[in-house]
Amino acid sequence: MRRLDTGGAVDRGAPLRFTFEGREHQGLAGDTLASALLANGLGGGFRSPVLGRPRGVMAAGPEEPCAFVELSAPWFDLIAPATMVPLVDGLAATSRDGLGRLPAPDRPARPGRHRHVHVETLVVGAGIAGLRAAREAAGRGDRVLLVDERPWLGGMARSSETVDGRPAWEWVEAAAAELRGAADVTVLRDAAALGVYDAGYVVVHERGGGVERLWHVRAGRVVLATGAHERPIAFAGNDRPGVMLSGAVLTYLDRFGVLPAERALVFTTNDAGYDAARALRSAGARVLAVADVRREAAAQDQARADGFEVLAGTVVAATEGRAVVDAAVLAGPDGARSRLEVDLVAVSGGWNPVTQLHRAIGGGLRYAADRGCFVPDGGPAWITLAGAAAGEVPAAEPCWYVPADDYAEHFVDLQRDQTVADVADALGAGLRSVEHVKRATFIGTAVDQGRASGTLAAEIVNQLLGTDPGAQGPSGARPPWAPAAYHLVAGPFGGDLFDPVRETPMHPAHVRRGAVFEDVGQWRRPWYFPRDGESMRDAVLRECAAVRTGVGIIDATTLGKIEVVGPDAAVFLDRMYSNAMSTLRVGRIRYGLMLGLDGMVFDDGVAMRLAEDRYLVSTTTGAAARVLDRFEEWLQTEWPHLRVYCTSVTEQWAAVAVAGPRSRELLRAVGTDLDVSREALPFMAWRDGEVAGVPARLARVSFSGELAFEVHVAGWHGLAVWEALLAAGEPFGVTPYGTETMHVLRAEKGFVMVGQDTDGTVTADDLGMSWIVNLRKGDFVGRRSLTRSDLVRPDRKQLVGLLPVDPGTLLPDGAQLVAAEHADAHTPVPMLGHVTSSYESATLGRTFALALLAGGRERLGETVFARAPAVGVDAGIAATVTEPIFYDPEGLRRDA
Amino acid sequence: MLLVPCPWCGPRDEVEFAYGGQAGIAYPADPDALSDADWADYLFMRDNPKGPFPERWYHTYGCRRWFDLVRDTARSEFVEEG
Repeated sequence: MRRLDTGGAVDRGAPLRFTFEGREHQGLAGDTLASALLANGLGGGFRSPVLGRPRGVMAAGPEEPCAFVELSAPWFDLIAPATMVPLVDGLAATSRDGLGRLPAPDRPARPGRHRHVHVETLVVGAGIAGLRAAREAAGRGDRVLLVDERPWLGGMARSSETVDGRPAWEWVEAAAAELRGAADVTVLRDAAALGVYDAGYVVVHERGGGVERLWHVRAGRVVLATGAHERPIAFAGNDRPGVMLSGAVLTYLDRFGVLPAERALVFTTNDAGYDAARALRSAGARVLAVADVRREAAAQDQARADGFEVLAGTVVAATEGRAVVDAAVLAGPDGARSRLEVDLVAVSGGWNPVTQLHRAIGGGLRYAADRGCFVPDGGPAWITLAGAAAGEVPAAEPCWYVPADDYAEHFVDLQRDQTVADVADALGAGLRSVEHVKRATFIGTAVDQGRASGTLAAEIVNQLLGTDPGAQGPSGARPPWAPAAYHLVAGPFGGDLFDPVRETPMHPAHVRRGAVFEDVGQWRRPWYFPRDGESMRDAVLRECAAVRTGVGIIDATTLGKIEVVGPDAAVFLDRMYSNAMSTLRVGRIRYGLMLGLDGMVFDDGVAMRLAEDRYLVSTTTGAAARVLDRFEEWLQTEWPHLRVYCTSVTEQWAAVAVAGPRSRELLRAVGTDLDVSREALPFMAWRDGEVAGVPARLARVSFSGELAFEVHVAGWHGLAVWEALLAAGEPFGVTPYGTETMHVLRAEKGFVMVGQDTDGTVTADDLGMSWIVNLRKGDFVGRRSLTRSDLVRPDRKQLVGLLPVDPGTLLPDGAQLVAAEHADAHTPVPMLGHVTSSYESATLGRTFALALLAGGRERLGETVFARAPAVGVDAGIAATVTEPIFYDPEGLRRDA
Repeated sequence: MLLVPCPWCGPRDEVEFAYGGQAGIAYPADPDALSDADWADYLFMRDNPKGPFPERWYHTYGCRRWFDLVRDTARSEFVEEG
């Protein structure tokens, strides 16, 4: 292996330093890492993943199955074929056997950028066919994007060819210059189309020039000019370094001025092998023979006339050598064997059109017997295939594997180290489909995705099964076409940009107060407010006690708020909620439950009637968007005649819940012009007025069971009102509390949380809430389902309370409930239900839980056992079944 | 990713939309008149043809309007009519 003095598209005046396996070497501007390795005699410096066999550079493009590297400089890249890495000064690479390492703090990934473009025409592949297609589209005035995964334009065009009467490389340069000069045309190298999706949506990975960028392209028309890949042939030792594809040999000679051998043998099924033979000879190598599986061909006569030793009807049976090829064994038409000392076997099994992108979007394949390959068939009308990808490849005589007694070294997939023997084993086990063989052998599933092995594997299956060539094609193709790292797909959308974070106007105050936050949907809510050194348990017990005995405030801004407005608002809400909203008087508030069409609890909240034609309804924090969408769906698709408009006002209003026996005192202290007495502002009523000096809506609602008020103010007053309440409440020991305390307090009262105590399979009756289902008011969403047989089963899971027999033991959330005889039994055992909420109660001085339990209302007083092996609770914890209400069952405290 | 032809906004990326299943399944005029089997049929059973299929779409992150389209499920392309 050596660099020639002349030839190629490399710049001999521009040497580049690079390291491979820690040792420094020199390449040239214009090299790929693979060509630089070959020029330095390092083409064989790789190993196979499974068997650890020596491997070398075999291809010159993305189909490379052996030469994978990790880059550490100038940037980290976890795995790439050396054939696709443009050489840059200072590049540092180590071989990788097919398993990459993820980025880490000491090897950070390059940031991925995303770009979105719209074009009339996207051309994938900038060989001659692709350049022609791009020029044609640009000539029509299209916006054009032309991408090629290789570092150069011109694809497989050889310097000796001519195009339109001009030398091919000159033609390519002229075409590229013309395209680059055109308006609305973009040309990208080092840019692989990873996938073609519906309606001309194509994702392109651009990684050249220090850039790591994912292009999201929407194209009216896609031209796939992706070329063809040369097919290997399976023979003994076909994986030994020194076995290369003939087109790759030609590319290294022609484009990089690298001679990969001194004594070469060509093994071919088609005319392309002779191009390699000629190029090798003119570069100074000895070509000992061309073994051509064809008995006769015009190319053979021509080659003989040119002085080549042509062995017709001859195959390469095996290679020999310790690490690299030093000899090849030939088998003639009569079976006679001969041996040649060579350091290169250039193989051409024919050419496979590169159709994977097309197949993944519905394109089919048809077997072309004359070329021994599969050509594209059908597919979406907006895709055109051009050039070799369309099937314009040389005729070739089928030759998939060379007959032998032992196939253990006839490699099919070099990344998976799978051989013809492995394929035969899979068939011997009874498999017949190529797809099954793929899954049994993993052929085609490695980082190279079977680009070189796919068609070969299919044809070996056909031949071993005795079916015709082409009877089965290669296994299905899926994106991505080339390896793409997750960090690239994530792009800039990590960290703070991963998901929007919604904060209430009071958020700065919560941060100042040292709140610990939890995410509820996209909202960041205070979970609890620990004082110095306080544990979560202690903080929550303290917050709960404060609300039950004094006064606490919680930021309730995140509850969804929707204004439902219009002459038919009342009619509409009657159909959306299980209870009547039309009978609600202006100035009053009603709790409401929404069911799915299937009768299951969907969401809950309260509705305030602001005017005859205006309601403000609240939703749970996580369901605000779902509820609004549901309103819109019914209004638009079923009842377009209803004059109703729905508007989200969640972010327009800040809300503070003031809860506890001293909440009325606090409101008076902070200042309000409203009469907050029990008589003037009864439970479930609201009034507009001023609180803390700003316009406010004051509502008597309670999720804790205590006397409580909700203060709604314009969002921009939220922070000031929160701070004013805390300041005014200092004499009463006002306590800010978080979601955990809210959950404990509501659970003590047996108030369910939709999504916590329900899971989409729970009815109002299951929750003991039949009182809120009004079957007399007329139809509403979900009503008809309530009498379905499954919904009236007596053994449905019903909401109950649980009191652990040991009052200090907390039942794990989600624990399964089992009967006594299964408390310690080996699982699986029958499950009776599960714990939905479980807390320690300051008020009760003990633990308690809510649970869904089969036939639960008939089991009051019984003992069940809670098991949660996943969190280490394998022996059942005994708990007594109770009513799901633990505190103030008469409901007297809300009016205290 | 499909390009959804919103009748109000024009063609937009599929990620802006929510899929609403089969179109033309009207809410029964009198649900109480339906047997459990007929109600279950309305509730749960939908066609799954290979070929043209009328569908509901909702432009969630756009005009927030519901509309119907016909999509060829075999080709995964919107078509003019069923």
